[in-house]
Amino acid sequence: MSTGHVVEARDLTRTFGSFTAVDHITFHIDAGEVFGFLGANGAGKTTAIRMLTGLLSPSAGEARVVGHDVYRECEAIKRNIGYMSQRFSLYDDLTVRENIRLYGGIYGLSRRQVRERSDRILDTLGLGHAADQRVHGIPLGWKQKLAFSVAMLHEPRLVFLDEPTGGVDPITRRQFWEQIYEAARSGTTVLVTTHYMDEAEYCDRISIMVDGRIGAMGTPSELKSEFRTQSIEDVFVRLARPPAAAESAQ
Amino acid sequence: MSSLAGLLRKETLHIVRDRRTLAVIALLPIVQVLLFGYAIRTDVKNVRLAIVDPAPDHATLAIRGRFDGSEVFHVVAVLREASDLEPLFQRGSAQEAVVFEPAFADHLARGLPARVLIITDATDPNTGSSRLNYASAVIQDYEREIRTRSASARIVPDVRMRFNPTGESSNLFVPGLMAFVLTITSSLMTAISLTREKETGTMEALLASPLRPGRIIVGKVAPYLVLGLLAALAVIVEATLVFRVPIRGSVLLLLAEALLFILVSLALGMLISSRTSSQRVAMLGALVGTMLPTLLLSGFIFPVESMPAVLQWLSNIVPAKWFVLIARSIMLKGVGLAYLWQETLILLFMAVLLLRMSTRSFHVRLA
Repeated sequence: MSTGHVVEARDLTRTFGSFTAVDHITFHIDAGEVFGFLGANGAGKTTAIRMLTGLLSPSAGEARVVGHDVYRECEAIKRNIGYMSQRFSLYDDLTVRENIRLYGGIYGLSRRQVRERSDRILDTLGLGHAADQRVHGIPLGWKQKLAFSVAMLHEPRLVFLDEPTGGVDPITRRQFWEQIYEAARSGTTVLVTTHYMDEAEYCDRISIMVDGRIGAMGTPSELKSEFRTQSIEDVFVRLARPPAAAESAQ
Repeated sequence: MSSLAGLLRKETLHIVRDRRTLAVIALLPIVQVLLFGYAIRTDVKNVRLAIVDPAPDHATLAIRGRFDGSEVFHVVAVLREASDLEPLFQRGSAQEAVVFEPAFADHLARGLPARVLIITDATDPNTGSSRLNYASAVIQDYEREIRTRSASARIVPDVRMRFNPTGESSNLFVPGLMAFVLTITSSLMTAISLTREKETGTMEALLASPLRPGRIIVGKVAPYLVLGLLAALAVIVEATLVFRVPIRGSVLLLLAEALLFILVSLALGMLISSRTSSQRVAMLGALVGTMLPTLLLSGFIFPVESMPAVLQWLSNIVPAKWFVLIARSIMLKGVGLAYLWQETLILLFMAVLLLRMSTRSFHVRLA
C-alpha cells in the first residue's frame, strides 16, 4: 500500500454483530482535496469517519490516515487530524477564548501559540467583541465557524467535518464553505460529510455511500455525466433507489 | 501548556459556573445537618407509658404519681403482669414501660436493691434512648429524695431497648450524612457531567483528540474528588461546631476513609454514565443506584440490625454501609485502623473493582 495519499482505505469494513455498517470500502484522498462523503442516514458515513479518526477500530481491511495505520497508530493519527462533529464540540458554559485555550492545551500548543492563534481566529471571524462571552449566547453560525477554527487550531494535515452545516441558513452555509476553501488553499485536506446536495457540488471529489458500500465516486461533473443527470441530487436518488427497484415497487 | 491542567481547569469552570448546582452542593451539607440536628429532633413529649406494678405499695405509688404528673409522660396502662406488655408494644399503644418488682418499698426500706426495669421501643434509636433517659431521671429523682431520709435506700434501674438492642445515640446521623453528601457530589455529579459531555458531543471531540483515555478520566473526575472532600469537611466542621458531635478518633483517618468512599462513588458514577446517554437517565440511575441504597440500606436512617435478613445481606454490597460503619467507629468510638482494617479492605476492594470496571467501560466506548 503506498503512502502518497492523505487517506487511503482498502476493503475497510466494520460490523456490529451481524450488521455490516461499512462494507469493504476502498478509496483514497489526495493532499489538498476537498472530499465529500455523501449518503443517506445510516449509509455508513459516520462509521467510516469514526474508523478513520481512530474512534472506532475496523473489523477488517486496511487504512492509512496521514501516513499512519488505523489499527496501530491511532495516537499519531489523532495528533495530525482535526475533527468537527455535527454538534460542534464546544463547551457552552466556557467563553470563546476559554474554548480555544482548552483545545490548544489538549493538542499540546504552547501558551504563546494559543494566544497568537486565538487572536488570529477572533480577528478573522470578527468575534473579538465576544471573546469573553460564553459560547452559549453566541449565534449558531458563529458557533459553527468557531468550531471549525478550533478543529483547525493545531494546523492539522487533514480535517474531518461531520455534517458541519446542519441547521444553518444558506448564507451562513455559503460563508462556511468559504472557510473550508480557505483551509484547503492553505494545504489542509478536507473530508466533509453532508446531506445537502448543493454542497456536494462544491467538493473536488465525492463518494456516495449506499448501504455501507461506495455506490459512486468521482468529481461532481464525472458523476453527472456517468449517470446522465443534471444534478448530484439526481445521481443520489438514482443510487438510493435503483430504477429496477423503483419499478418493481410500483 | 499541560493538557491535563487544561482539562482540570475546564472541569472546574463547569462546576463553578453552574451556579444553581453549586449552590445546592454547598448548601446541602449545611441544610442536611441542620435538618437532622434540629428538625428531626428526637421529640419526647407525650410518651405513652405503661406501668407494671404487681404489688402496689407507697413507693411505687409515689413514683407512679411522678410519672402521672410529668409533662413528658402519659400513662396509658397500669398492669399487674409484665406479660401483658407485649401486645401494647406490638400495637405501639405503649412506647415505654416501667416494671416494678414485687415488694419494692420493702426492699427500699431494708436497704436491699429495689429493682425496676425500664423498657423502651427503640425502633427509632434516637427517640428511644431519649425516652429512657427521661424515665431514668424521674426514678433517680425519687431515689435522691428518699435518700435524704434513709441513706441506705437503693433503686437499681435496668434498661432494655426493644426492637433495637444496641440503642444508638443521636450523634449517629453525621457519619450517614457524610455518606449521603459524598454520594451526591461524587456519584450523581460525575454521572451527570460525563453524560452531559456525551449529550453535547464534546466527549467525542475529547476522544478524537490525542488525549489518552486515562487522562480524560482523571481530568474529568479529579475536580469532583476535591469537591467531595470539601463537602465531607463541611459536614464534619458543622457537626462539631454546631452540634458538638465528638470526633474521638483521627480526623485524618476519617478523611482518608472518606477519600476511599469518594473513589468508590466516582467509579459508580462513571459506570452509570457509561450505560446511559442522557442526563435525565443518568440522574435517575444515580438516584436509584446510589442515593437510595445510601439512604435506606447503609444504616444511616434505619439500623441494619433491625432489617429483614435479605436486606441485611443486600446491605453488604452497599459501599455506604461500610463507610458509615467506619465513620461511626472513628467518630464515636475513637478506634483506629487496627479495628477497622477489614471494613477498609472491603471498601478498597470495591474501589479497585469499580474503578477497573468503569475505566474499562470507558475504553469499550473507544473500541
